[in-house]
Amino acid sequence: MKVTIDGQSIEVEPGTTILQAARMIGGEVVPPAMCYYSKLEGSGGKCRCCLVDVTKGSEADPRPMPKLVASCVTGCQDGMEIASKASPRVQEARKSVTEFLLINHPLDCPVCDQAGECDLQNLSFEHGKSETRFIETKRTFEPEDIGPNIQLHMNRCILCQRCVQVADQLTDKRVHGVMDRGDHANISTCISKAIDNEMSGNMIDVCPVGALTDKTFRFKSRVWFSKPYNAHRDCDKCCGKTTVWMFGNEIQRVTGRKDEYHEVDEFICNTCRFDKKEVNDWTIEGPRTFEKTSVINRNKYALHVPKVEIKTEDHILIGREEDRKKISMIDVPLENAENSKQ
Amino acid sequence: MSLDTISLSGRKKEVSNKKMSFLESLYIVAIAKGLVITIKHLFRRKVTIKYPEQKREFSPVYRGQHMLKRDELGRENCTACGMCAVACPAEAITMTAAERKKGEENLYREEKYASVYEINMLRCIFCGLCEEACPKDAIYLTESKVIVKSASNREDFIYGKDKLVMPLEMAIKNSKSIN
Repeated sequence: MKVTIDGQSIEVEPGTTILQAARMIGGEVVPPAMCYYSKLEGSGGKCRCCLVDVTKGSEADPRPMPKLVASCVTGCQDGMEIASKASPRVQEARKSVTEFLLINHPLDCPVCDQAGECDLQNLSFEHGKSETRFIETKRTFEPEDIGPNIQLHMNRCILCQRCVQVADQLTDKRVHGVMDRGDHANISTCISKAIDNEMSGNMIDVCPVGALTDKTFRFKSRVWFSKPYNAHRDCDKCCGKTTVWMFGNEIQRVTGRKDEYHEVDEFICNTCRFDKKEVNDWTIEGPRTFEKTSVINRNKYALHVPKVEIKTEDHILIGREEDRKKISMIDVPLENAENSKQ
Repeated sequence: MSLDTISLSGRKKEVSNKKMSFLESLYIVAIAKGLVITIKHLFRRKVTIKYPEQKREFSPVYRGQHMLKRDELGRENCTACGMCAVACPAEAITMTAAERKKGEENLYREEKYASVYEINMLRCIFCGLCEEACPKDAIYLTESKVIVKSASNREDFIYGKDKLVMPLEMAIKNSKSIN
């Protein structure tokens, strides 16, 4: 099946969604996604950030779709033509969605531990307005303690439900979910039960905002001050492949390895994430790189410094040798010829 | 007119090697002329001041020692977000954050605050980028009206919160002027 997104064509398998096709092309056509997570089944369709304009339905039915569609849950059809970033309608819609998401989101980025790797920050940087039209009071919740490892800030939640899907799909017994309806909807553990499943820490990685953060890392540092390294260890519960965030010789936190769409490659267990904070526990592979625009790159000098070699020396020696032959002085050996050749 | 004779600055003087007359070779006239210039300067306004006793007035935009401001209730504005440190081109600023405890609400404005905040004044180039980066209006270079003092020890140039935070008396005065 052939689909065209912003004038770029690609062949895709039947059953691919528009968002997946756009990610195959990569670059600017990829719609932003707050709730869709490729590693979680059934995610997507909630945040409406990834709206695109289908200008040609398919080869069989070339009529355009009347409304903007959510690209993460709409399948591709043969000959489909899609306008993503190129369409002013889409730009306008994304701007509005960002404004809606920010209505109840507190602007406490200076305090929030997610700042610097927050999807909502990136989204509002690209699509947001610099002022707010919202004059009413924001929705607030009573702070709730959900265990010693995970910090829940319900005020920051955008109800993407990624963490609910993690609890559904990675853990055997789901103990948290969305409570209440409408404006009162909130993520909570039923009867404030601590989430003690071994894979529950992945909720921190999948959370696009700072609603679920690492309690062991709380206020320790900002993400751009610590140095991220790829590291691994032998773990019987998970793959053991992680990113460790170090400051000097101290491991401040451990996360999964996130790709360019901020999705983890593989989920990791709580033992790796919260308990292994010694350098000796890990085998460090090397510094982890991030996309060029990320603030995590600031003040890091990981550039390879090339070794300076003076190559002229060899050429000079060759030239000298040639000269010596030309002026037919072969009989007279060069002074310390052995040394100068080195 | 040839290029040799025109003077673009109007100060061009012909230099010649002609022999001096007897009067000129005594140099009395030249010395007297020079003395007149020297004496004239004695009666002019002085360009220097006696620094520690006398102090020059600061320009309103003069950037001196940093000050971590308090708000009108006397609470520290700084929330240790790290924007100043990441904006600093000289990498002079370091900080450690801490969580505000119960009962400290009148000391710190946000739930997070800087427990350690240090500026290396030898590194600082007083460019004011930290001031521009600050989202909380916490750091200012124009408020203290103090120049960083000289010292003989390198460690003395690392200014901690004891030297940087706005003094309480100043905060009290500010809150009174508002009310």
